Amino acid sequence: MSSVKIAGLSKSYGGRSILHGLDLTVEAGESFTLLGPSGCGKTVLMRLLAGFEAPNAGSIRIGDTVVADGGTNVPPDRRGIGMVFQDYAVWPHMSVRDNVAYPLKIGGVPADERDRATRAVIGQVGMAGLETRMPSQLSGGQQQRVALARALVSKPSLLLLDEPLNNLDANLREEMRFEIRELQQKLGITVVYVTHDQEIALAIADRIGVMDETGRLRQVGTPDDVFDRPADAFIYRFLGVANFVAMHRAGEAWCFPDGVGVWEGAPPEMEGDRLTLGCRPFDIDLARDGAGLPGVVTRASFLGAQMDYLIEAGGVTFRAATDSRRALRDDRRFEEGEPCRLTFRGAQWFDASASEGGRA
Amino acid sequence: MSYLKLAGIDKRFGAVAAVSGLNLEVAPGECVAMLGPSGCGKTTTLRMVAGFEDIDGGEIVAGDKLLSSKAKNYYLPPEKRDFGMVFQAFAVWPHLSVFENIAFPLRIRKLPQDEIRKRVEDALRHTNLTGVVDSRPDDLSGGGKQRIALARALAIRPKVMLLDEPLSSLDPHFREEMRFEIKDIQRRLGFSILYVTHDQSEAMALSDRILVMKKGVVQQVGSPRDVYYRPANRFVFSFIGLSSFLRVRFAGGRMVVDDLELPFDSVGEAPAELVGAGDGVLAVRPSDVDFVDEGGLRGVVRRRSSLGEIVDYQIAVGSQTLRVQKTRHESGPQTGETCGVRFAMSNWYPMSDATDG
Amino acid sequence: MTGSFRFGTPQILFALAVGILVIFVAVPVLLIFFNALWVDGRFNITDTVKVLSEPDTYKALINSLILASGVTVTGTIVGTFFAWLVTRTDLPYKGAMRVLFLVPFMLPSFIGALAWKMLLSPRAGYINRFFMETLGFSEPVFNIYSYHGIILVETMYLFPFVFIQVCGALERMDPTLEESARISGADLFTITRKITIPLVAPSILSGALLIMLYSMAHFGTVAMLGIEAGIYNIPTLIYERIHQSAGSFGAIRTGTVLSTVLVATAALIIWLQNKVLSGGRYQIIAGKSFRPTEIRLRGLRLPLLAFCVAYIGFTIVLPTATIFLVGGLATYGLPITPENMTFDNYHHILFEWDLTRDAIWNSIGLGLAAALITMFAGVVISYVIVKMKVPGKGILEFLGMLPFSVPGSVIALGVILAWSGKYGVNIYNTIWIILVAYIARYMAFALKANSAALEQVHDSLVEAARASGATMWQALRDIVIPLVRPGMVAAFFLIFLPALRELTVSVLLYGPTTRTIGVAIYTLNEDGETVYAAAMAGVALIIIVTAEVVVKRVFKIKQ
Repeated sequence: MSSVKIAGLSKSYGGRSILHGLDLTVEAGESFTLLGPSGCGKTVLMRLLAGFEAPNAGSIRIGDTVVADGGTNVPPDRRGIGMVFQDYAVWPHMSVRDNVAYPLKIGGVPADERDRATRAVIGQVGMAGLETRMPSQLSGGQQQRVALARALVSKPSLLLLDEPLNNLDANLREEMRFEIRELQQKLGITVVYVTHDQEIALAIADRIGVMDETGRLRQVGTPDDVFDRPADAFIYRFLGVANFVAMHRAGEAWCFPDGVGVWEGAPPEMEGDRLTLGCRPFDIDLARDGAGLPGVVTRASFLGAQMDYLIEAGGVTFRAATDSRRALRDDRRFEEGEPCRLTFRGAQWFDASASEGGRA
Repeated sequence: MSYLKLAGIDKRFGAVAAVSGLNLEVAPGECVAMLGPSGCGKTTTLRMVAGFEDIDGGEIVAGDKLLSSKAKNYYLPPEKRDFGMVFQAFAVWPHLSVFENIAFPLRIRKLPQDEIRKRVEDALRHTNLTGVVDSRPDDLSGGGKQRIALARALAIRPKVMLLDEPLSSLDPHFREEMRFEIKDIQRRLGFSILYVTHDQSEAMALSDRILVMKKGVVQQVGSPRDVYYRPANRFVFSFIGLSSFLRVRFAGGRMVVDDLELPFDSVGEAPAELVGAGDGVLAVRPSDVDFVDEGGLRGVVRRRSSLGEIVDYQIAVGSQTLRVQKTRHESGPQTGETCGVRFAMSNWYPMSDATDG
Repeated sequence: MTGSFRFGTPQILFALAVGILVIFVAVPVLLIFFNALWVDGRFNITDTVKVLSEPDTYKALINSLILASGVTVTGTIVGTFFAWLVTRTDLPYKGAMRVLFLVPFMLPSFIGALAWKMLLSPRAGYINRFFMETLGFSEPVFNIYSYHGIILVETMYLFPFVFIQVCGALERMDPTLEESARISGADLFTITRKITIPLVAPSILSGALLIMLYSMAHFGTVAMLGIEAGIYNIPTLIYERIHQSAGSFGAIRTGTVLSTVLVATAALIIWLQNKVLSGGRYQIIAGKSFRPTEIRLRGLRLPLLAFCVAYIGFTIVLPTATIFLVGGLATYGLPITPENMTFDNYHHILFEWDLTRDAIWNSIGLGLAAALITMFAGVVISYVIVKMKVPGKGILEFLGMLPFSVPGSVIALGVILAWSGKYGVNIYNTIWIILVAYIARYMAFALKANSAALEQVHDSLVEAARASGATMWQALRDIVIPLVRPGMVAAFFLIFLPALRELTVSVLLYGPTTRTIGVAIYTLNEDGETVYAAAMAGVALIIIVTAEVVVKRVFKIKQ
């Protein structure tokens, strides 16, 4: 396992700057996820790490080796990395075994050791018994397991995963993200994982780096850090369904947009007369009466484990969610048109500009 | 009172029974979703109602109009059934403008010009399509195309709408929006919906009743709450929502999970006939498992992962694994910690229930 | 990959690709333009216009247009109708019909023209004679030496362009497009009229333009049937001029001017086709695949089947049988009866006559050589075009696809200009000049097949190999080459099969001992050796069909 140190990394294509002086350190043995919307430059960063592109400026160090700086760019075949691609990139003319054994063959590993290592890693990804299959006889999930085995077989110091679960269906995606996480922990390998799916990022990362459309790293931190203590509204919005409410100050009180409803929670620690309140659906507690912001349920959907509501309150529409079993038990299941009271179990405050885009 | 009525429907493709003995009645204004894994016969059923497939047994009736009947050897072609239908792949005609797409069924019915104009405008308004009347469908996004398809189906003011996975080609956030729009339109216009989907949350959100199918056989028909809280068998339980299963043994008035023994009341009420049977399966939803400080079923947290607002736990119980989901606001143990769990709601199935195949 | 070596693999490949395309493709075509537009080293458009306004050249231009338009209209109607019949109706045996309608594609049309000449020439044609002698008609029922005759014969061989395109579009079309019209209340015939036909219109148009392109540049049929009646189109006039004047300056100049017009027209057609393909083609392929509803022909089922069978009998069986029967006649003109038949003609051309024997071996040798060379050159050039990020590859792409819009006679003329001693190399009258022309002519085929194969090889497959520790060469060897091998094989046969029956290019380039099969048949017919021409055509048909069948078999087994 190796650490990765990126310093002042810049890359542009035909005058368009994608990355501009990016700094990032990934610790040895860490599972690091780069999370960002499409076109944010995270894939470019991945390709720079792999060596398929050369940076315009800055340096990349993998372990003790400088693999890219102003003068040199070590080609991908000499970086000692493993990589898994979004479209699997399993070679269609080779069997499962031949695909997985290829990196060892190229590396000149003796045949018997090659066989042993290949068999072991095929077993680790749960593909034992399918060694002689051709890729066309495999499902998407199985192909991705082959790709994973191939990336792991030569015990790389760094494993790069480029949106490897995108092309899989929802169930498989959920299953495989846990498997990748478990494999990573078992092998103690350094992983850099690129994705635009915040659920995957939260589930498999030790630390997450969130990038925005302009190629800047907005926040780096543990999943709990970025989820509970987002650096800004962009990150808050990107990590899940969010309500944004434009709040204004009236004396000591903070008012909702209708000017009537008043914020009853802890006051914000930020300066200013206009701020944005951010809250997630599960942050909102619904009650029939008592304290809280009065509102009316405009849509109620039973989704199984949870109830999903749209609520008009304080001059805005909130998206709220409750655990349906508790709602049933506590008689807090609302039908459309029913009045209710909203209290907030959690909230984040952002500057006023955050609410200009409306509800996410 | 029902409008659309399917009685004892059979369909075979060669030697394979695609649908067997299906009964369903859809009331006016009702939305029924047909839900099941791919290949379960739900789409075939919809196509038999539409008239694209003939039936091999039974009868389909809409109002007082016979559509298909095996006994009477009767089959009404799709163009005479007066249904509105929306397809997965939009199926809007790229060579016609938005207006002409929607006007097509009306022109076929030879309605007067001003009536056509009026109805097209109505349909456009209902589907929130404005300002695109003269556009080409290919200039619109996927969601826009699906609105055209919806408007076209609405134009003849059908009593029944047939929807074949109409949202699965859309982006996730658009899917949710359209889901509620369809529901709104239905409420305003009062038609019935027969809906095919493999997405259970879509079925839950949209429909009054859900029909769950497996291998051509109906497993359960009921309201979303029915199928969620009172699933007819283990298959329905596992198909609707997340599920977690524990193999248990009953011995001497106590329940045994691997080498852990505990009294019944610590986990929930098992039916008497099962308790006598020796072995059984405890089925729970991850959100219906609560952590308790004292007592309960003891286990070790193998993995705790944050999924955003939901935190997902894998609890090792003996040699088995139980899945638990809690919202972020509820406290829970950390990875590696020992914890106790209690089942707030549980279902029991005999070991021999092989419906979850 | 590392910036340290400047003349690495990419540069070598790029230089190779440019070199091949410039020498084989760019130089001949540029020389044509140069000769057509420059006189004594000066640009001179008035002279060009003067050549064009001569009555003969003007007439040939008009004839090309008339014939091409006629063939396009009839071919499109026939092709669309049959495509609809075999994909959308319950016509009996439609699978077999579908295969049979494609047979004309593998038969050389000049052999068809030869057969129709023997059947429908006004005085000697068997059908005309049957009507006049047996049924007592006072005049021939049909004169094949006419605009109608040429259009008729070309239609028989060119309609599959539309047929294939429309069949493909109808089969890939999302069935819910039609189902949604049905549920809207439209019956099947309304759907066909209002939905299906408009949706496949771009495919129809694109096929029609292909017919137009081929017909404009078509030599064989017009040469066989038109010259008798004084009907020349551009390619036949070029041939006539070059041949009669033995390469005089005036003739070459007329040829190059006509060629320029032909290239311009072809370029226009291809441009139109690209426009149709890119702009007008609707996204109609999608969704779950249920079989589209078949239209029940009911009472028309058997009459339409009979019609198809009659069409196939009339356009394929009848001419083919005529070729073989006439080839077996002791003397042309005798009635076709058992006692007049003999195998002597076949024996003679296969074993005794140098001219025909040489022709067969020339064609096979040329086909193999052109296919091999072009296949390998094609891989290199397509790799540069598809996979490498080098500046100037747009020019490569243009050069490689150029021969698609340059008709055979133009390529032949360009090759004469470039390789007959004026620039140091003289291979005129040798087999090599034909080979050089074939390479230029078929390069586009090789590029298409190889590019298609290479585009399937997604970049990440190569990158995965690099990340696995493979160098660029190792990745090429282990990943790219094995994956494009089917494309290379396809390219080989895409070139070998048409080269076997080629006429347009070789007829302008052949020397006394370098006839090809096509040239042998054509010259035998011109010399009045109808029976030998027919026998040779029969032998050619057997070789071509055998090769086609073997290739199809091999491909089937591989898949």
